[in-house]
Amino acid sequence: MPYPAYMEESIRKVEATREKRLKEEMPRLSDAEKAPLLKEFHPDFIEKNMRQLVVGPNKGGKAPLELADLLEGNSRIDPAKIKIDKFDFDVDVLIIGFGGAGASAALLAQENGAKVLVATKLRLGDANTVGAQAGTQAADRPEDSPLIHYIDTIGGGHYANIPELVEALVKDAPSAIKWLEDLGICWDKNPDGSMHELSGGGASRLRLHSCRDYTGLEEMRVLRDEFRNRQIDFLEYAPAIELIMDEKGTVCGAVLVNLETNELVLVKAKAMILATGGIGRLHIQGFPTTNHYGATADGMVLAYRAGAELIFIDTMQYHPTGAVFPVQILGQLVTEKVRTLGAQLCNIEGEQFIMPLEPRDVVASAIIRECKGRNKGIKTPTGELGVWLDSPMIDLIRGEGTIARELPAMVRQFGRYNIDIIKEPMLIYPTLHYQNGGIKIDPDGATTVPGLFAAGEVAGGIHGRNRLIGNSTLDIFVFGRRAGRAAAHYAKKSKTGNPALEHVRRWQKEIEKAGIAKSRPISPRLLPDYARQPYDYLADYAKDMLAPGQVKAA
Amino acid sequence: MSEDIKLIDVYIMGKHYKVPEGLTIMTALEYCGYRLVRGVGCRAGFCGACATVYNFKNDPQLRFDLACQKTVEQDMYLAQIPFFPAAKAIYDIEKLEPVGATVLSIYPLMEKCFGCNTCTKACPQELEVMWYMSDALRGDIPEVMNKSFDCVMCGLCAARCPQGLVPYNYALLCRRLYGRYLAPRSKHLDDRIKEIEAGKYNAEIDKLKKADKNELQRLYQSRDIEAAY
Repeated sequence: MPYPAYMEESIRKVEATREKRLKEEMPRLSDAEKAPLLKEFHPDFIEKNMRQLVVGPNKGGKAPLELADLLEGNSRIDPAKIKIDKFDFDVDVLIIGFGGAGASAALLAQENGAKVLVATKLRLGDANTVGAQAGTQAADRPEDSPLIHYIDTIGGGHYANIPELVEALVKDAPSAIKWLEDLGICWDKNPDGSMHELSGGGASRLRLHSCRDYTGLEEMRVLRDEFRNRQIDFLEYAPAIELIMDEKGTVCGAVLVNLETNELVLVKAKAMILATGGIGRLHIQGFPTTNHYGATADGMVLAYRAGAELIFIDTMQYHPTGAVFPVQILGQLVTEKVRTLGAQLCNIEGEQFIMPLEPRDVVASAIIRECKGRNKGIKTPTGELGVWLDSPMIDLIRGEGTIARELPAMVRQFGRYNIDIIKEPMLIYPTLHYQNGGIKIDPDGATTVPGLFAAGEVAGGIHGRNRLIGNSTLDIFVFGRRAGRAAAHYAKKSKTGNPALEHVRRWQKEIEKAGIAKSRPISPRLLPDYARQPYDYLADYAKDMLAPGQVKAA
Repeated sequence: MSEDIKLIDVYIMGKHYKVPEGLTIMTALEYCGYRLVRGVGCRAGFCGACATVYNFKNDPQLRFDLACQKTVEQDMYLAQIPFFPAAKAIYDIEKLEPVGATVLSIYPLMEKCFGCNTCTKACPQELEVMWYMSDALRGDIPEVMNKSFDCVMCGLCAARCPQGLVPYNYALLCRRLYGRYLAPRSKHLDDRIKEIEAGKYNAEIDKLKKADKNELQRLYQSRDIEAAY
């Protein structure tokens, strides 16, 4: 038996209400009903976990503590020790990061005549894109339109989204789907070739294009293959640790580090695209995360230090359904596709408490309220709280075999621990999933710093204060392609001055003047430190003798 | 870590450690003090970065899995497997014919497969690797797509193949040929792209862009919502 006996008791209650729940329609909440729910239970509203930034372009604005520390952090490098005169690479467009956005940008920059270099912290494709399961939005069915997609997106984002970015998102969406198909992505289809599309939280039409529940993996492995076919230069295990700028404040390259040897790699570039992804591995407010190992907000830190404005960085997305049992998969994503297919959320008594396809921040808040506000959650043997996601409903609604066909990754993931999601529900709780904001961009991905572009999760403004399902694996292609194209054209006419690290010097002075240099960590963070260190035996003098770069990050 | 959690014995590269029961191979390595740079990625079973081999103190048979998903067991011998490059051909997807002969001409070594099934036994996703290899040799591209679809490209099949073949790259080529050429096309997608290019939605989107919050709120609250199923 996979679940302990006391949890099985609650599952019996879930089973007992299935017949009733098949007919039960949970009402959608009005904006007036959503506001107090979010305010009381969404983690973004917990004031003590946020603080004001005291330096930089967003000075006075709020950010979660974990992010604020890194944004105000100390540089890893001493500009006095690095000679910016000989470059290891001299390219038109340098792209940092290789998830869906970096890959799309690289292909488009090359197609537009640029000499491209990609540098990435881990391997090509080690990014949040591969973990995206449910699908990609695009309003291409006759019953749907870009206008409806626009309204869904901006309503989901609490009307804060930047209109020009939403316009680009919804208008480019169908051609992004087509572009991916022409590269060889296998979309789920009906026999006549029409797209097999599903609903999603906050979407008023069936609009999700999926590839079983391996959508992001399929997108990533095809783009990576195409990238390698184009023979574009790349460096793996080589994150950027600082940008290089000229005397006019234009970005003209980056300092990379070889993660294994600590050797620096200097790259000169006429334009640069940050596609470094998200933030989950900072474990904002102590939450577990769905994010990949490298999601440590590096791109935001580099851009901020170079003077780029950030937007909506005080709002994170907590995916409503992260696994909480068994403990081996704590925090890992249970795709929203489970709910789009018909699974409902139930408390310990087997009762529904929220319409399962509300936007993510609303569903997450309702789950937290059920567990912490109403004490109707289920406690795991390791002390985690959760509610049931009643997957067996799917086969009841759509016919036997649906779960196996549509959710092979989920069946496999739980099956490893002897939980059969076709027969038993999953225990879930919100998990840190996505940064809703990021570096402020225009529709071409240009940031507020000349020469610097951004695309993908690191960029902000598209989703306002809450992103909808399937709009992220859409925005990486839409804005990745736009940024790649725009950066290639920018590179053709840009004239950069003398490359230097003056802005890093200025930054260090600024944080020292603000009196925070000693209390802030080194950033960018690069990797989380999960290795257990039983005790610190190094003598103080020995610490001073560590080679540069060997300094412990935290 | 509380006192009542049971510790079990594992061996990392032959060295003995005690770790709490219930960790994955990856978190056991970290518990023992390894700071991972390679062999770690999405930590959720999707990226293939942490493919690993293991066996047991009294059982030399090698097993294969993803380190982020596999729970450690008593007397496990763990290792990090070294990197080695896998052959990947360069091709232009625009210029290929979606037939078996194409796959064979791009990856001629494929023919050396003698059906030993070692690849299948190595697959942490439990895919029928040998069977899709035989589908590929027969030129059945749709069936290769179907059987290989859940591949995370971890490379264990290639690592174990006695003939030095790279099944996962052959499957990737077949899937791309299927998606690009063999899947029936979607007419409504093409129609919508033409409408957008012709500017059909421009005026209305301009209106939405200028709408104030109250107006947007009204439109959002009054949406008609299509049934999910």
